[in-house]
Amino acid sequence: MLQGWVIVAASFAYIGLLFAIAYYGDKRAEAGRSVIANPWIYSLSLAVYATAWTFYGSVGRAASDGVGFLPIYLGPTLMIVLWWFVVRKMIRIAKTNRITSLADFIASRYGRSALLGGLVTVIAVIGILPYISLQLKAVSNSFQILLQYPEIVMPQRTGELDVMKDTAFYVALFMAMFTIAFGTRHLDAAERHEGMVAAIAFESLVKLVAFLAVGLFVTFWIYDGVGDIFSRAARQADLRALMAPFGGAAGGYASWVWLMVLSMLAIVFLPRQFQVAVIENVDEKHVKRAMWLFPLYMLAMNVFVLPVAFGGLLLFPLGTVDADTFVLTIPMAHKAEVLTLLVFIGGLSAATGMVIVETIALSTMVCNDLVMPVLLRIKALRLTEQRDISSLLLDIRRAAIIAILMGGYFYYLLAGEAYALVAIGLVSFAAVAQFAPAMLGGLYWKGGTRAGALAGLAGGFLIWMYTLLVPAFARSGWIGSEILSRGPWGIELLRPTELFGLSGLDSTTHAMIWSMLVNVGLYVGVSVLGRQAAAEHAQATLFVDVLRQATEPRAGSRWRGTISASSLQTLLGRFVGPARAAELFSTYARERGFEHAEQLEGDGELVRYVELHLAGAIGGASARAMVATIVEEEPLGIEEVMTILDEASQVIAYSHRLEEQQRELEAAKRGLEAANERLRELDRLKDEFVSTVTHELRTPLTSIRAFSEILHDNADLEAEERQRFLGLVIKESERLTRLINQVLDLAKIESGVADWQSARIDLREIVTEAVGATSAIFRARGVSVETCLPAAVPEVVADRDRVMQVLLNLLSNAAKFSPAGTGRVRVSLGAEGREVRVDVQDNGIGIDAAHQAVIFEKFRQVGDPLTNKPSGTGLGLAICRRIVDHFGGRLWVESEPERGALFSFTLPAADPVEAGLEAAAA
Amino acid sequence: MSARILIAEDEPSIVASLDFLMRRCGFDTRLASDGTSALEQVADFRPDLVILDVMLPGRSGLDVCRAIRERPEWGSIRVLMLTARGGSADITTGLGAGADDYMTKPFATRELVARVRSLLQANPA
Repeated sequence: MLQGWVIVAASFAYIGLLFAIAYYGDKRAEAGRSVIANPWIYSLSLAVYATAWTFYGSVGRAASDGVGFLPIYLGPTLMIVLWWFVVRKMIRIAKTNRITSLADFIASRYGRSALLGGLVTVIAVIGILPYISLQLKAVSNSFQILLQYPEIVMPQRTGELDVMKDTAFYVALFMAMFTIAFGTRHLDAAERHEGMVAAIAFESLVKLVAFLAVGLFVTFWIYDGVGDIFSRAARQADLRALMAPFGGAAGGYASWVWLMVLSMLAIVFLPRQFQVAVIENVDEKHVKRAMWLFPLYMLAMNVFVLPVAFGGLLLFPLGTVDADTFVLTIPMAHKAEVLTLLVFIGGLSAATGMVIVETIALSTMVCNDLVMPVLLRIKALRLTEQRDISSLLLDIRRAAIIAILMGGYFYYLLAGEAYALVAIGLVSFAAVAQFAPAMLGGLYWKGGTRAGALAGLAGGFLIWMYTLLVPAFARSGWIGSEILSRGPWGIELLRPTELFGLSGLDSTTHAMIWSMLVNVGLYVGVSVLGRQAAAEHAQATLFVDVLRQATEPRAGSRWRGTISASSLQTLLGRFVGPARAAELFSTYARERGFEHAEQLEGDGELVRYVELHLAGAIGGASARAMVATIVEEEPLGIEEVMTILDEASQVIAYSHRLEEQQRELEAAKRGLEAANERLRELDRLKDEFVSTVTHELRTPLTSIRAFSEILHDNADLEAEERQRFLGLVIKESERLTRLINQVLDLAKIESGVADWQSARIDLREIVTEAVGATSAIFRARGVSVETCLPAAVPEVVADRDRVMQVLLNLLSNAAKFSPAGTGRVRVSLGAEGREVRVDVQDNGIGIDAAHQAVIFEKFRQVGDPLTNKPSGTGLGLAICRRIVDHFGGRLWVESEPERGALFSFTLPAADPVEAGLEAAAA
Repeated sequence: MSARILIAEDEPSIVASLDFLMRRCGFDTRLASDGTSALEQVADFRPDLVILDVMLPGRSGLDVCRAIRERPEWGSIRVLMLTARGGSADITTGLGAGADDYMTKPFATRELVARVRSLLQANPA
């Protein structure tokens, strides 16, 4: 009875039924009474997760790995617990931004990056192709097996394959037609696919019923309940092994963990799951129902997997029947025609549902995020000027659907035979898992940047290709298989299945470890190192804080510019069709209390409205670009730049200011430290001075007191001795007086309160007078004095008494240090340039170089030649130097030991012109 | 035998006064005007007591005092320090260097004589 035509007819009848449901759903939607606006439909539509892979492949996996099939279903069950936080947030974001696909979502999050949208699309399409090929393989295999009914013959592909006679090719072709019919009937590309969702919910029921029917048939018709099957299986050693947890599967625990992680990510990031869970969602409250209903569905779908697997293994012990076909071949073996047909329809249903939703989602991405951005940039096409390109949009989608299904078919040709159903599906799971870092990071981390997302996605995807796609091609012989055994160019470290020596894991776990490492590392690393553009940051905040924002959309958007409402309507019309655009505009006008759309003004709100509807048709990035072509935004003003400064740059600026203040404070602190050090030094010098003066005062005082007491206590002193002691008292008293005078004099000069007289003086007069005043001292020591004065020297302006003081000091020093009896002192005077110079030369012991500098300091003396005891106060030369300095001259000494010393000072000559004037005035 | 006193002081008039005072007491005196000659006189003259000015040219009085205390055979020599600086820190330093007594300038002559006598009596050797 099950001839080919029966099968084909039943298939088309079933597809027809789906069409009818979809049509009904669409009609109801147009009438405003949505059938999908209930949580049951939403939950059932999520079950598009269960594909032909689940339907046939679970049993296949269970037959080889025991409970190893479970992680694929445990993952989603775990993940759904988090849906209220993760998926609800995505739904909110998708609604406020009119997101049309996964690629659109990621592109919008990272500053509406067209490049990122394109990359996501490419990854999704390449990643999903194996998954689609899996559906084709399942449907065509089941069809071929069914054709042989009641014989059970495994389909064989032998020798050269004729595409035109390949069932899978026709399956792909028909699937493409169904999908086009389901997904692109509407001219309004932006609307949700309500009919499709209704049909998907229905097919979810059909495949569940079919699978449960097989399960019940095997468990209770062929065998005597679950216990019977398990006890029979337990009697065979190889089957008993399958009952152990983690039995069979390579990699054991690691494999379980990674499969679970993979499927947790897949239930959110598979394009079709994103489509039904986020894009097609009509009410985020539905998520709550799905949180328990969907796991229940998963449980029902899996409850009979092990019984069927064991039943099949018991029934076909020779291994001639592929375990992937048990669901179909067990009813065939028992000649259960209706059940066999139901199973085939169930498998077809699972495959069709998956293919339809997946290709619609992918074609939307291809159209909005890959083709349109490119077409819009090609100026030669003049797309931006065409009246209506809404039909072009649909054509692009239709072409994309055909291309994707044909791509899936060719993957099936190339690599389809290399793996079991489950393994093919996992390749796709691993590909979509690459979206996780950029998506989850984008939802919860404002710091994630466009560059980071690009780097992470690209890196993860390349690793995926290398570790999963390349081995698949190599195994199917399409490229040389030596790359697997010896690595590329013979580098074993780079073997795709044992990258950098990581071995002992199954290929999926291995690929996931490396690709996630690279993906997350690059995403976080590049994001942290790079900086966000302002637009990027605005979107990041919008996405991350979406649940905190009030319900009004795009509150943060600012628009600065002017445009007429009619040009906006024309623009929208090009993409959604003029009629739909007019309708949208009048709705908008009515909502704002205008009668006609013509009354509208092209303000920021209207631009945003148009942009949102455009985004629904061509994606956020393209919509933004399109609006930008007609709206000339005014450049950002400085205030606006300030307002939209992102937090990061504010923090950076703030910390820069802090650093600056820190530096200023440190500079001030250093200045204060230096000043304090200088004060300490002055204080120390003052203390030293006081201490020295005290010492110098105590010395003569000691002698005076001692001799006074001696004279007082010794009345019997001889007259001569009494006379000597009194002479010493007088001499020491004079020394004390001189010392006190000089200390006071120095203190006055240093503190600036000295009384300086200033007059024009002739140094010849002063030298003559000073030599005259000291002649008695010279005579007493037997030292000759020679004076050498020129006929005339320029006058100098100075204090006469002070200059005399300097000369007397120098002369008395010369007398003191010249040898008694043979000493010769020469005093000379001369003009040198603009200076008058006085030299006092002696032939005494001289001063060594080390002492020449210090003798001008306070209390620094060179000892008396005879007693080695310094005489004088030690202040004379210090005072002389300060006097000469005060009048702008210099005082210095030139000397060598035993060669005498030459003390010289200069004073600046007075202005001769002034002198002339003064003389005239006088 | 009268006690031997070494006067190590660089200020001539102070030397003259100290010399007079010591001779008046009947002591035998020697004079030194710097640290180096003071130590030479200690070795040569073997005084019972040294009146030692702290701020001697050459080796300071403190140096001389330490040098005397380093030689066990000079252990019986009494040292009376004189200084023009009267801070307690200076006194501590002086006594720390091994001086037996300490007086600041200007000093009372009777007190000085009394201290010298008492130092000499404490050490009859």
